[in-house]
Amino acid sequence: MINLTIAEAHKGLKSKKFSSTELTQAYLDRIKETDNKLNAYVTVTEEVALKQAKKIDEIGQFSNPLTGIPINLKDIICTEGIKTTACSKILENFTPPYDADVTKRLKDAGVVLLGKTNTDQFAMGSSSETSCFGVTKNPWNLDYVAGGSSGGPTASVIADQTVFAIGTDTGGSIRQPASLCSCVGLKVTYGRVPRYGVISYASSFDTIGPLTKTVEDAAIVLNAIAGHSDNDSTTPDIPVPDYTKSLKEDLKGMTIGVPKEYFEGVEQETIDAINEGIETLKKLGAEIIDVSLPLTKYAIPTYYILVKSEASTNMARYDGIKYGHTSDNAKELLEIYMKSRAEGFGDEVKRTIMLGTYSLSAGYYDAFYLKAAKVRALMKKEYEEVFKKCDVLVTPTSPFPAFKIGEKMEDPLAMYAADTLTVPAGICGLPGLSIPAGFSKNGLPIGMQILANQFKEENLFHVGHAFEKATEWHKKKPKV
Amino acid sequence: MQLSNDEVKRIAKLARLELKEEEIEKFSKQLSDILTHARMLDEVSTDGVEPIAQITGLENISFSDKKKGCEFTDKLLEQTPQSVQDHMIKVKNVF
Repeated sequence: MINLTIAEAHKGLKSKKFSSTELTQAYLDRIKETDNKLNAYVTVTEEVALKQAKKIDEIGQFSNPLTGIPINLKDIICTEGIKTTACSKILENFTPPYDADVTKRLKDAGVVLLGKTNTDQFAMGSSSETSCFGVTKNPWNLDYVAGGSSGGPTASVIADQTVFAIGTDTGGSIRQPASLCSCVGLKVTYGRVPRYGVISYASSFDTIGPLTKTVEDAAIVLNAIAGHSDNDSTTPDIPVPDYTKSLKEDLKGMTIGVPKEYFEGVEQETIDAINEGIETLKKLGAEIIDVSLPLTKYAIPTYYILVKSEASTNMARYDGIKYGHTSDNAKELLEIYMKSRAEGFGDEVKRTIMLGTYSLSAGYYDAFYLKAAKVRALMKKEYEEVFKKCDVLVTPTSPFPAFKIGEKMEDPLAMYAADTLTVPAGICGLPGLSIPAGFSKNGLPIGMQILANQFKEENLFHVGHAFEKATEWHKKKPKV
Repeated sequence: MQLSNDEVKRIAKLARLELKEEEIEKFSKQLSDILTHARMLDEVSTDGVEPIAQITGLENISFSDKKKGCEFTDKLLEQTPQSVQDHMIKVKNVF
């Protein structure tokens, strides 16, 4: 039962083959059996989950495909009455008095909440190693990272600890772990899903999206969470199509661009897997064209100057006054700020805040922040031009498969470089999908990234679903 | 570019972060490396380019400035680690 997709579980629930309570209990048992090895879950909401499942079974109404489906949420998504920690000591005991829009929309659809899952502290990272609750291990090999920052949600999906999960993607935090763990991970267009109630990292980059077992499942979830919200003025009033209608199996008429810059500095096995994938797409009827995106090599510094600047402003709210940790050693107001924040934040959060503070400070603002914001404008234009020639781009998601735990912790720049291929979508507000596309010689997953123009998620589902139906990668599961 | 320990201390104070001596050393090197790497943006010509922050072309979204009730006030006041007096959070003296 635990390896079912949303579509399959929904069929089973509707036909009364099993109840939501049975499904929920199966996942709770699976979490008990496996999470001491994986460390994907921060909080397991056993009582809440069984109560929700019982109510859903009593009502017995399964017209919505998400009703009765057990899920988890990355622990930066607010859940009323349930601890939401951002995996940081500064919010270790924070219990939100309200639900995020995403939480509310999923609750309204009838999901069952299994718990909250592990992330890099405040979503700042690419390995989930900076969580104050410890790293989430890669279910394919426990010596390796699950990726980040949505390591917990992603590992839980591929390890069948949940039907699906919700993560966030600012510069790759859904797509990169999806690639490292062999899941489907969707980053939406900026503003497609409301950010209300999601703890902010970088306000002009943050997006919320699903980690699922199939492309179809991602489309089902997006139908439920996408759309304008009065609580988030960056969600335009663009209608939400039925994304499941884009799940076609042939690619005749589709033009796929392959940008050469996305293959520079990438490990050979990854290049080979993606090239093999592109051959499959060709056989399905797509026209493949070579394209060039010369600004790609400037994406990483553009990204981290901008996100760290925005984050330094967003992190100012953690002041030991309104909520969260406050220092016991503070004798006066300035010390409350200085000590509470020093005690509560991890190293990467401190680095982030200082980098941002410096980039925005007088004398350096023009050279760093403003410069990066101008390069961002140029990059946006570059992608607009390329999408005049093709419907989607196909690239590797990550320059390499999962790396060993601890390998990049002392070298922040090396850690940032893990996101080389995923940050452009964040910079330009584009949607992107990572899907399973192969394995390395030592059994670690390799993901393929599909990128589309803003508000063109339909193209991602079309190409992704066709590829999935023509390959077997998504059927492989790790032994945990 | 190399950040001095004094510069790191200055930035930390602006950022309201109290750092230990070992942290100042460590962050000084790491931040210097990151900022040096960021200078590669100088290679990109941005003359006449307007900076961008709103990436989906939205402009001036507004809402009507009408008074609404707040169901959260008490729940929000429960969150503070400071003391509460007269429905307000009590803080230490500013001066």
